[in-house]
Formats: sequence, C-alpha cells, structure tokens
Amino acid sequence: MENKHKSLIDYLLILGDNSLILGHRLSELCGHGPSLETDIALTNISLDLFGQVRSYFQYAAELTGGEATEDTIAMKRVDREYRHTWLVEQSNKDFAYVIGRQFLFDAFHLPLLEQLVNSKDEMIAAIAAKSIKESRYHLRFSSSWMERLGDGTQESHQRMQNAVNDLYPFTYEFFEETATEKMMLEAGIGADLKSIETIYRQTIKDVFAKANLEIPDTPARKTDGKKGIHSEQLGFILAELQYMQRAYPNMSW
Amino acid sequence: MVAADLQNLPVPVQEALLEITDPEIPVLSIMDMGVVREVTLDEKHVHIKLTPTYSGCPAMDTMAVDIKRALEKRGYDATVKLVLAPAWTTDWITPAGRAALEAYGIAAPLDAQSDKYALIDGERIVKCTNCGSANTKMVSQFGSTACKALFQCEECLEPFDYFKCLK
Ligand SMILES: [Zn+2]
Repeated sequence: MENKHKSLIDYLLILGDNSLILGHRLSELCGHGPSLETDIALTNISLDLFGQVRSYFQYAAELTGGEATEDTIAMKRVDREYRHTWLVEQSNKDFAYVIGRQFLFDAFHLPLLEQLVNSKDEMIAAIAAKSIKESRYHLRFSSSWMERLGDGTQESHQRMQNAVNDLYPFTYEFFEETATEKMMLEAGIGADLKSIETIYRQTIKDVFAKANLEIPDTPARKTDGKKGIHSEQLGFILAELQYMQRAYPNMSW
Repeated sequence: MVAADLQNLPVPVQEALLEITDPEIPVLSIMDMGVVREVTLDEKHVHIKLTPTYSGCPAMDTMAVDIKRALEKRGYDATVKLVLAPAWTTDWITPAGRAALEAYGIAAPLDAQSDKYALIDGERIVKCTNCGSANTKMVSQFGSTACKALFQCEECLEPFDYFKCLK
C-alpha cells in the first residue's frame, strides 16, 4: 500500500474511532436514560456519531481496497488498532459522567470539524461539513446540561464536579499530536490541534463559569489512545461491539 | 441549490421518483424533501445522486431501495449514489413539502435564528400544528427522530413534532 494512503487511513481512524467508541457508550444508554427526554437525546446523538463514522470508514475502506468494508473496519480490528482517545471509552458511571464526557468531547469536536471543512481532502471536507451541523446541536445539548447540573442542586453540583474532576485529565490527549496528525496538517488535510486547543480551553472556561464549576487543576493523564494503547475498558466495549461479527462473520440483515 | 430537475425525464421515471416518500414521514416525497440532487438517464439506466438528511439517518437506505424498486417496476435499472457535498439543509424542503409536513402534524423548520430562539432560549414562536397557537413549549430538543424536537401546545395541550432547522 502506498505510504500516503496509509497515513490517510490512519488519520481517518483517529477521526472516526472517537465517534465510534463514544457512540457505542451512548448506545448502552438506550432504554436506560434517566428520563425519556435524555434517553432519546443521547441515543440520537449516538446515531449521529455512528452516521459520521460510516462516512469515515466507507472512505477508509475504499482507500484500503480488497475485502475491506465499513463493517470490517468497525468490527474486526483488534484493540491495539483502535485510535480513539481515553476520554470517550470512560464508562457511563452516572448521568453527570455521561454529560461531562459528552461536553468535553463536543467542545473539541466542533472546532475540529470547523477546521476540517477546509481540508484539501475533498471527502474529509464533505464529511466535516455534514457532521458540523449535527455537532452544533450536540454541544448545545451537553453545555446546557452542564449548566443545569452544575448550577442545580447541591447533589447535582457535587456529582457534576466529581465527574469533571475525573474526566478532565483525559482531555489533554486530544492535543498531543501524533506523527500521522503532524503529517496530515503539513499536507493541508488535517487540523491544527494547537489552535483548536486555544478555542477548547476558552469554551471550557465559559461553560464551567456559567455552570458554577471549578476547572480541575489536576495534571494531564499520560495516555496514548491515538497510538492504540487503551485502558481495560476497551476490552469490554469490543466484546459487545464485535460480538455478532465475531460469532457470525459477515452476517447482515 | 435547487433539487434535481425532473422535467426532461421520461414520465415513468418522474412518476417513480414522485411516489417515493420518507419512510418515517410518509407524506413527504423525496423530491419535496430535496434529497434527490441529480438524475441522469443512460438509455434504460437511471443514475441518481441522493444526499442524506442526517448522516446517521436510517431512512436513507430504505429510500435507496424504494427508488430502485419503483424504477424496476417501470422497466428501468437504477444506481443510487450517496453524495455528501453540498450538505443537505432544511432550506431545500420545497414549499409543498413544508405544507405537507404541517398538515401531517409536524411544524416546518423556522429560519436558523428563530430556531435557536425556540430551542435554546425557550421563546414561544413555534406554532401548534393543531390549533395554530404560538403558545407552545419545547418538551425535548430531540424527538422521535434526530431531525425533530418535541413540543407541546399550552392552548390545546396537543403534543407535536417540530422539524429542526439544519443549516
Ligand atoms: Zn394547539
């Protein structure tokens, strides 16, 4: 395979896997949301994310050629081949965790897409232009819940603060540039993570202030999800995500 | 950006495309929805470019299958290609489509700014599809499908869907 394609495919996985794994975590809440409204909202967000993943993976499959399809890419890789960050694989510990994880991702995802709209790769630009409209709704949803919980009762405030205290250290990983991301940026295909980080920290500052939450001063967690090194959480996720395709290869309905 | 122009196509092809509807909103034809971007004819083979409303919308696969079936019934083959750019916007829903939505009980999308006022600031501007009152409140930002939000009328108490503005 051409080296250029290899890096592009790797980049598509970095982009798509965050949405795939977060979409899966949200799908676990189907029928289990704390209220009908939030249940529907979270599963709809999950569906949007899966839709975006399909576009990235269809493109990656086309570049890979051979037997590759969107499904083999989503379902048949081993854990070390997934490129998402640790934040999105964190479990649905309680509703505050779900909202905190969503907000900390959405605040990154939106400026990322805003840059990818201008990618020199036409397909990535098109996927971003499509996704950005959906992600605006996601960020609105998660920010408003950050405020409702953070600025709500003593209980909801405490839980929201605990959740962000645990999750915030994972956010630094978004901005640790891998060799692939560097190469894609230089080629005019990828996003500039440094400028996204500035926007990101500002969004966090604004929303945390409105939500009456403290920005944790805990140090960054040293994680390498984008290089395929994951926490023990991923094993459980993949056991469920891949079950059907592993048990009944190539099944469809 | 207008939808595909069907005028120069054979009548059976036009008929086929006009009869396909969104499986989740059966009153809205795919032409009125503005998702059919291009139709070209190569003898008896029809090439169609379809654009998704939302990227995860499960209705898209069904629509593609329905299109092929409707054309085959009339003696045509069809290839349906999903295109992402330019991305679909609710502005592409035709006036006839908007009227069909309202008659079906789904409030048609407002402009982007008003949409924000209604969904974020809770302003009472989405008109009830049952009685026409603007005294309505949002129940949920996401409704029965990703493209809709759930509202309730405070006058007649009827719950209804609002088709969110996507721009
Ligand atoms: Zn009413």
